[in-house]
Amino acid sequence: MSAFLTIEGLNVSLSGVLPILRSVDLAVHAGEVRGLVGESGAGKSMIGKAILGTLPRALRIESGRILLDGEDLQRMRPRDRRRLIGAKAALIPQDPLTALNPARRIGPQITDRLVDILGWRRRAALSRALELLDEVRITDPERVMRAYPHELSGGMRQRILIASAFAAEPRLIVADEPTTALDVTVQKQILRLIRDMQARHGTALLFVTHDLGVVSKICQTLTVLYGGLVLEDTTIEEFFAAPGHPYSAALLGATPKYTDPHGSLTPVPQSVIDAANAQLDAFDRARRQ
Amino acid sequence: MSDMIYRIRDLRLDFPDMTRKPLFGPAPRIEVLKGLGFDIPRGDVVGIVGSSGSGKSTLGRAMLRLLEPSHGSILFEGRDITHLPESALRPLRRKFQMIFQDPMSSLNPRLTVGTIIAGPLRLHGFDDLGRRVGRALDHVGLPEAMRHRYPHELSGGQRQRVGIARAIALEPDFILADEIVSGLDVSSQAQVLNLLETLVRELGLTLAFISHDLSVIRRLCKRVIVLHRGEIVETGDTAAVFRAPKAACTRELIEAIPLPDPNQTWA
Ligand SMILES: Nc1ncnc2c1ncn2[C@@H]1O[C@H](COP(=O)(O)OP(=O)(O)OP(=O)(O)O)[C@@H](O)[C@H]1O
Ligand SMILES: Nc1ncnc2c1ncn2[C@@H]1O[C@H](COP(=O)(O)OP(=O)(O)OP(=O)(O)O)[C@@H](O)[C@H]1O
Ligand SMILES: [Mg+2]
Ligand SMILES: [Mg+2]
Repeated sequence: MSAFLTIEGLNVSLSGVLPILRSVDLAVHAGEVRGLVGESGAGKSMIGKAILGTLPRALRIESGRILLDGEDLQRMRPRDRRRLIGAKAALIPQDPLTALNPARRIGPQITDRLVDILGWRRRAALSRALELLDEVRITDPERVMRAYPHELSGGMRQRILIASAFAAEPRLIVADEPTTALDVTVQKQILRLIRDMQARHGTALLFVTHDLGVVSKICQTLTVLYGGLVLEDTTIEEFFAAPGHPYSAALLGATPKYTDPHGSLTPVPQSVIDAANAQLDAFDRARRQ
Repeated sequence: MSDMIYRIRDLRLDFPDMTRKPLFGPAPRIEVLKGLGFDIPRGDVVGIVGSSGSGKSTLGRAMLRLLEPSHGSILFEGRDITHLPESALRPLRRKFQMIFQDPMSSLNPRLTVGTIIAGPLRLHGFDDLGRRVGRALDHVGLPEAMRHRYPHELSGGQRQRVGIARAIALEPDFILADEIVSGLDVSSQAQVLNLLETLVRELGLTLAFISHDLSVIRRLCKRVIVLHRGEIVETGDTAAVFRAPKAACTRELIEAIPLPDPNQTWA
């Protein structure tokens, strides 16, 4: 079966000079949850933005293909592309405060998507939004619909973004660190909920996170990214049993463990970083030739 | 001089509930902090945990007098700051710093990283700004060249470290860190945690650390305060609280921790 999302040889650069993504290959099938990990600045969010067509202006797709439900996004007219992406994919953005408009109440910010993209009637959209807020365990959905973003806690804002991503029932969700502001009990409920909704609708889910604990609970497959280069594409069982790259092993070593509060906590060692950087250089040399 | 950085008694804080405001007349109030009392000794590292919406950030903002309590008292280094006007707070502000949950919205998008870190330094009359900025960047593991970048040119994790650099550059007595490592990759997180441990040890910094990550709290904090719906439901030595949690909500938090192990039964 072909994947719902396929990225092939995606190269993205900053103004044509600095490579940001280096020939990235990545696929997510319907019903699959793929984790995307890698240190800060590795390019995880840029992969998400490339998929949704929201790369910052300074970044340019140099080569490669992004296929969404079999359609090559780069070859479509911008208008058709936007419509296709709007109908089939949604993002849970990384930054829960800036993603919401501070000057507008929450309610319309959720229902807009339904009304504009799916052509729902406002009243139906409103009751769907209330239902979704309830599903993400917001205790007083009516109050929250009337509130402005600054009147809500960080975790509440994040849940609102999760609810609005699911609102239009997209077939692909790119979740960019969707649970960082949630306490573990709500995180657990939300991850369960995401997994349920995802399984029920067969949604393809690309799950960006730093938290290997979360990865081990929700993902089936995993892509490890460093400097925009895919270091490892593996399954969860393999990753935790025998990481296939020294960098992956180092990520596990840098993870704080509740059961071992005084064990040493080692940032990724310089030797591992040097080796990974050498891999980037080799890639860039090969590409220039 | 008092050996308590903070002494907090019966702290209450409420917000007007604008969503229930009648057309005429004042909005009803919702009480978010319901009478909190605790002390923070100098040099201590205190974890503040609790479910989403329990009032952790509000407590933090009250402690730094970004919000004014409606009742009770906050003593900072022995001085009552509960209702101090901004003019009287200004000279104190260097001494207590907050690092925010949301790195993007707390950094001015039009300023370079160097200017962002130098701003508060200049405001508080420091000299030798260039060198101090360089040292702060170095402390948080950002390359010197980052000084010329703008916030939107940084990744989320890099931005978070700029926020930390800005706070520690001022050499404060107290730092309140609100959920600062949850957005960091594990390697930077390990760096920042090791860094905070060093700063606490070497500079005698006092730290209150709000976090959802109990693995981090257990590692970093000597004491822990558990909030639930605006009240303290449990407090004590971190090791003891986690070994034998008394409050139901503490137990729930511990049980929900996703361990990095695919074989953990968790569902
Ligand atoms: N608008 C921009 N202009 C220039 N460079 C950018 C821009 N946005 C991002 N970058 C750069 O692109 C690279 C990848 O950034 P990205 O946001 O994808 O990282 P990330 O893996 O999501 O990191 P984090 O875990 O910190 O969110 C980084 O080096 C970043 O500095
Ligand atoms: N300016 C405000 N006006 C009205 N209500 C507010 C305001 N700020 C916070 N609240 C409410 O106060 C409660 C506590 O919020 P707070 O941000 O302190 O929670 P928190 O414990 O930090 O949660 P999280 O873990 O999600 O960040 C929430 O119910 C929130 O809606
Ligand atoms: Mg990112
Ligand atoms: Mg908070």
